Amino acid sequence: MRRPALLRTVGTVIELDALTKRYGPKTAVDRLTFTVEPGRVTGFLGPNGAGKSTTLRMVLGLNAPTAGTVTVAGKPFAGLSRGLRHVGALLDAAEVHGGRSALGHLRALARSNRIPRARVEAVLAEVGLASAARRRIGGYSLGMKQRLGIATALLGDPPVLLFDEPFNGLDPEGVAWVRGLFQRLAAEGRTVFVSSHLMSEMANTAEHLVVIGRGRLIAEESLTAFAARAGGRGVTVRTPEAERLAAVLGGEGAGVQRAGEGLTVTGMSVERVGELAFEHRVLLRELTGHGASLEAAFMELTAESVEYQAGASR
Amino acid sequence: MTERLVGQDLVIRDLVGRDLVTERLETEDLGTEDLARRSRAAEPSAAEPSAAEPSAARRGPEPRARFGDLLAAEWIKLRSLRSVSWSVVLGGLLVIAMNVGSALSDHLNWADYGEPVRADFFPDWSITAAFTQAAAMVTLLVVGSIAAVLVSSEYQTGMIRTTFAAVPARRAVMAAKLAVAFGLFAGWGAVVGAVSFFGSQAILSLRDVGVPIGHPGALRVVVASALLAPVAALVATGLAALLRHTAAAIVSVVGLLLLLPALLNSPREWVIRIDNVFPLTAWQRLTELAGGHEPPALSLGGAWAVYAVWVVVAAGLALVVVRRDP
Repeated sequence: MRRPALLRTVGTVIELDALTKRYGPKTAVDRLTFTVEPGRVTGFLGPNGAGKSTTLRMVLGLNAPTAGTVTVAGKPFAGLSRGLRHVGALLDAAEVHGGRSALGHLRALARSNRIPRARVEAVLAEVGLASAARRRIGGYSLGMKQRLGIATALLGDPPVLLFDEPFNGLDPEGVAWVRGLFQRLAAEGRTVFVSSHLMSEMANTAEHLVVIGRGRLIAEESLTAFAARAGGRGVTVRTPEAERLAAVLGGEGAGVQRAGEGLTVTGMSVERVGELAFEHRVLLRELTGHGASLEAAFMELTAESVEYQAGASR
Repeated sequence: MTERLVGQDLVIRDLVGRDLVTERLETEDLGTEDLARRSRAAEPSAAEPSAAEPSAARRGPEPRARFGDLLAAEWIKLRSLRSVSWSVVLGGLLVIAMNVGSALSDHLNWADYGEPVRADFFPDWSITAAFTQAAAMVTLLVVGSIAAVLVSSEYQTGMIRTTFAAVPARRAVMAAKLAVAFGLFAGWGAVVGAVSFFGSQAILSLRDVGVPIGHPGALRVVVASALLAPVAALVATGLAALLRHTAAAIVSVVGLLLLLPALLNSPREWVIRIDNVFPLTAWQRLTELAGGHEPPALSLGGAWAVYAVWVVVAAGLALVVVRRDP
């Protein structure tokens, strides 16, 4: 029962228009304007203190903007009475009362939005907390709290999901699970907006990136385009089907140079090259990324705007 | 023929049943797709929640917050903290013990009371055991602290942001908190006040000085004592919503409700007039059976008004300060 793509797209866009938040003389968020589209995972990147959390809080109406507007599906979120059904959010997994059980916590939230109780058990099972549901949240590990936060976000089956640093405290299995979850949510047509200060977390998760630094928009582009900035040293591939793979990669917008079995690929992440090879059933004998190119691009891009720099002389 | 009739019956029942279900769901402001999702959820194979599609588009205009939902949510929050249940019960037992204990000590010391004391005991002295001044002060302390912690802990843990992200209509959430605090402690006060009155007067009846509930003013004593708890609860909710910090909230509740009226202890008229605005002073006026309350002392109506004004001002404060960024 798939809806026409257009209908889905219209309803669930997050739109920021010159969104600004000032705390006294300090501008935390500076005239941010961008749109987060449904149907894909959008990464929200920036160094610590760049204003990511403040921006997400303004989306949720928790912090009032100093200037500008932000809307979800064309309306400000702050006026809604059943927020969980519109936007599911994990802002800070620690923002729970440690004295409650996960079950009590979610039941209260579900009740406030008139969500059936059965849904509480369903999301607890989905995030793998069913067996710990009756334990006090205060005794949870950081990873378990993250899972509870994700369960809270999923509770209302919302078309828009916001996650602030969701990978914190998760073990590798948890990270892989969260990535899969985000991609599935996006594939279902939802708007998925995920913040992180680590490019490496985004490289395998997001399809589109919004990069900010010191509250200002630095870049808004697809991951592929972002990878192209990294350019330069590229990716080395060795394969008996070099010609076919070269055509595939070229078709996806990468720069490819061929020399016998070897390819030198630029403008594409090593992960993407691997994915494409897999999708097209091309046997690889070597796949080497030269340097953490995405990370390097991110660092280069945000170097000017790093708020707290180790050993920096000012 | 019979089969057909049975079949028609089934169809009709089916239709009726379906109509009923649809109607029920509509009253809950859920669309028909939610109905479909619910029936899917009933099947074990369809328990996968994210298989459902994004759901904003299918819903009609946003319904107003159902205040009943918010009340229920706040009640679940309160009940799911074991420390709250314990302190509410223990606090109640403490206050009852103070009152009944006071009557018990009168009973045990009866032999030592002189004849003039015994003669004057009914009803003015007897009624003081129904709710002693110390018990009233402990009520303000216990109820004020619990109610303050309920709100301040939600702010201090950051839970409040989770709450407001779930229900962005903040004022409705705060109104639900106020209503739940008022309801809980009105019930608490009624139980504690009734048990204290009947327990203490039953004991004093052993010395033939127990005041019956039908005695003029006796019911007023019970009601005024019972309502002291929700008044304290709302003042504490308002201050905790303003200060958002547990220690600060408790100190300010104790300072405002207990210390300040204790400092205003002077026969000067202007001091009395200031003292009159405090709930504890109003409670004293309402629980004294003896007459002789000339101005500047509070009238009975004035004393009830003091209760009401504190409740209204505290609730108003909470509803205004909830607008600040959490």
